[in-house]
Amino acid sequence: MNPAAEFALELRDVRKSFGKTEIIRGASLQVRPGERVAVIGPNGAGKSTLFNLISGRFGSTSGDILLHGEKLDGLKPYEINRKGLARSFQVSNLFVRLSVFENLRCAVLWSLNYKYSFWRFLADAKDANARAEEVMHMIKLDKRRDVLAMNLTYAEQRALEIGITIAGGASVILLDEPTAGMSRSETARFVNLIREITVGKTLLTVEHDMGVVFGLADKIAVLVYGEVIAFDTPEKVRANDRVKEAYLGSVLAEAQAAEAGH
Amino acid sequence: MTALQQTGWADRFRHINTGRWMVWGGYALVMIAAPLLWKSSLSLTMLTQMGISIIACLAFNMLLGQGGMLSFGHAVYSGLGSFFAIHALNMASKGQITLPVSLVPLVAGGFGALFAVLLGFVTTKKAGTPFAMITLGVGELVAAMALMFPGFFGGEGGITGNRVQGQPFLGITYGPQIQLYYLIAIYTFICTALMFAFTRTPLGRMLNAVRDNPERVEFIGYNTQFVRYFAFIASGFFMGIAGGLAALNFEIVTAEVVGATRSGAYLLFTFLGGAVFFFGPIIGAVLLVLALVLLSELTQAWLLYLGLVFTFMVMFAPGGISSLIMMNLRVASFGKLRPLIGSYLALAGTAATVLLGAAVMIEMVYHLQLNEALGPVMKFMGASLNAKGFDTWFGACFVMLVGLVMFEMARRQFVKEWGRTQEEIERLIKQREAAT
Repeated sequence: MNPAAEFALELRDVRKSFGKTEIIRGASLQVRPGERVAVIGPNGAGKSTLFNLISGRFGSTSGDILLHGEKLDGLKPYEINRKGLARSFQVSNLFVRLSVFENLRCAVLWSLNYKYSFWRFLADAKDANARAEEVMHMIKLDKRRDVLAMNLTYAEQRALEIGITIAGGASVILLDEPTAGMSRSETARFVNLIREITVGKTLLTVEHDMGVVFGLADKIAVLVYGEVIAFDTPEKVRANDRVKEAYLGSVLAEAQAAEAGH
Repeated sequence: MTALQQTGWADRFRHINTGRWMVWGGYALVMIAAPLLWKSSLSLTMLTQMGISIIACLAFNMLLGQGGMLSFGHAVYSGLGSFFAIHALNMASKGQITLPVSLVPLVAGGFGALFAVLLGFVTTKKAGTPFAMITLGVGELVAAMALMFPGFFGGEGGITGNRVQGQPFLGITYGPQIQLYYLIAIYTFICTALMFAFTRTPLGRMLNAVRDNPERVEFIGYNTQFVRYFAFIASGFFMGIAGGLAALNFEIVTAEVVGATRSGAYLLFTFLGGAVFFFGPIIGAVLLVLALVLLSELTQAWLLYLGLVFTFMVMFAPGGISSLIMMNLRVASFGKLRPLIGSYLALAGTAATVLLGAAVMIEMVYHLQLNEALGPVMKFMGASLNAKGFDTWFGACFVMLVGLVMFEMARRQFVKEWGRTQEEIERLIKQREAAT
């Protein structure tokens, strides 16, 4: 990690094609440390694909992705995670036959340097246990400590999904539609939770709910047809002509409705 | 709110740490006392083999139950362990190396691990179905090699050895079977403890995580291939030890120990015992020896019965015997087991009726096919049956069909009662949660 790097995360003309179809067409983005960025855009704009490229799930076709000034090209997801980037998934991606506590403990083991050790007991891994308990408290699942992940309610699973993501202490966090499928009241609570547990981190989140976007983000990146057409503060993005043009219909109207509702 | 009041039955078990001492103490006690209770040489032979297969099935389950890896060729590692053990034993008896007989299994374990290092690197590159396919391929490969290199593998006759050698240590020569039994019991106890300890280490837990969701593991910093690979090596080590003990026990090793039949037996009985819980394979291993030694004596159709049991288990109780036990313990811990006992008796009685009818027919078919020369009359459970008589076939058929109908009725009744019990338990849990 290079602490002197100006940007926590930087994308330089990133492109990704699946077969002949180019999904990401030269996306560029510069996120400063500690910024909260909401990535918005119409369906099929490539938001999830962009996250998959950054987190190493897919390799990009061309262009560079830099984490704290360091190129991530060709690295595997676990290598990128070790460099301090963690992500959550749109569809909860948990260890279903393990308890809440075990899910979180698994998520902290590498960051606390336990690696593949089989010569010490988890029960003696005090720092890992303490960190898992701490995260469990943060995501308010203390009372569900020993419940298997598969037996949690939907909202609890979403919380655990985020818990696993942040547990390892990564400095850059990507959340892929964290509030997907939640009711309005749950969403509001959840946004507060996300805000609390990502203090001091660089956050990128894909979001459809404009209420969440304005409640959470310092900056908005608008992704349309695989390009970042605007990246600025919410006010300026809303005034941006290109955004209006590309987006005029549904989403802006939704945004204004959400704004009016506030 | 005290810890004890917390919810869930998992919590109840968490606090039985004294219970854990009792379980391990009991385990050791059973192993010490077993040969004192069953003294015949047949039972001693079986107990010895049980120890060996307990290690093998537990090692197999490190992959199947804990890592979600279905290996079709795991006898490769126990089998190669056996061959290296018998060669080490022979070299020691010729004075080429100095090696106490009691340490031969460790040498075998080392070679088991070594081959897991070599072959496992390829195998564990993939998970799921490709993993299973590769293990099958590697298994066939090694089995073919065993026939290609008779110098090492002994060809048709196998390699023989003699475990009674060197100076007796404290009077222990390993001549009498009982001495070997206790050596194997010690190995079994230590290996069981080590494998249990493994499940509580960072690698052991990440292995569970890889089983549940390999994709997510990659995003929390772990290389899933390494997790699988290291677990595979550990499993190979214990398989090797089991193979080494088998070599000491039989004093002969033939090519079939690396074969697919042996691998299949480990898979089948580990599954029967139950892959979900740590102790499941121990039950499976005991059944393995009972089936291979006793059932095969009892009836020529034993493989058929085994196949039937396996099929029913996969269909109706995929968690194996251990999960049946644990489910009922859970019910018992909420004091709800008593009302189910009637249903269980009905199930057992009707199932036995079906089995009786079916068994008569199966045995008659086998009798007609294999013992034609002895005439149509055969003995079955003390009765004389005419295998060509219409009335015996009609009777057997009738018994089975009546049994089937009654079994189905009992089963439906049981399913209802079981569901009701589970609902009551869920309600109790909710109440306790609300109380805290």
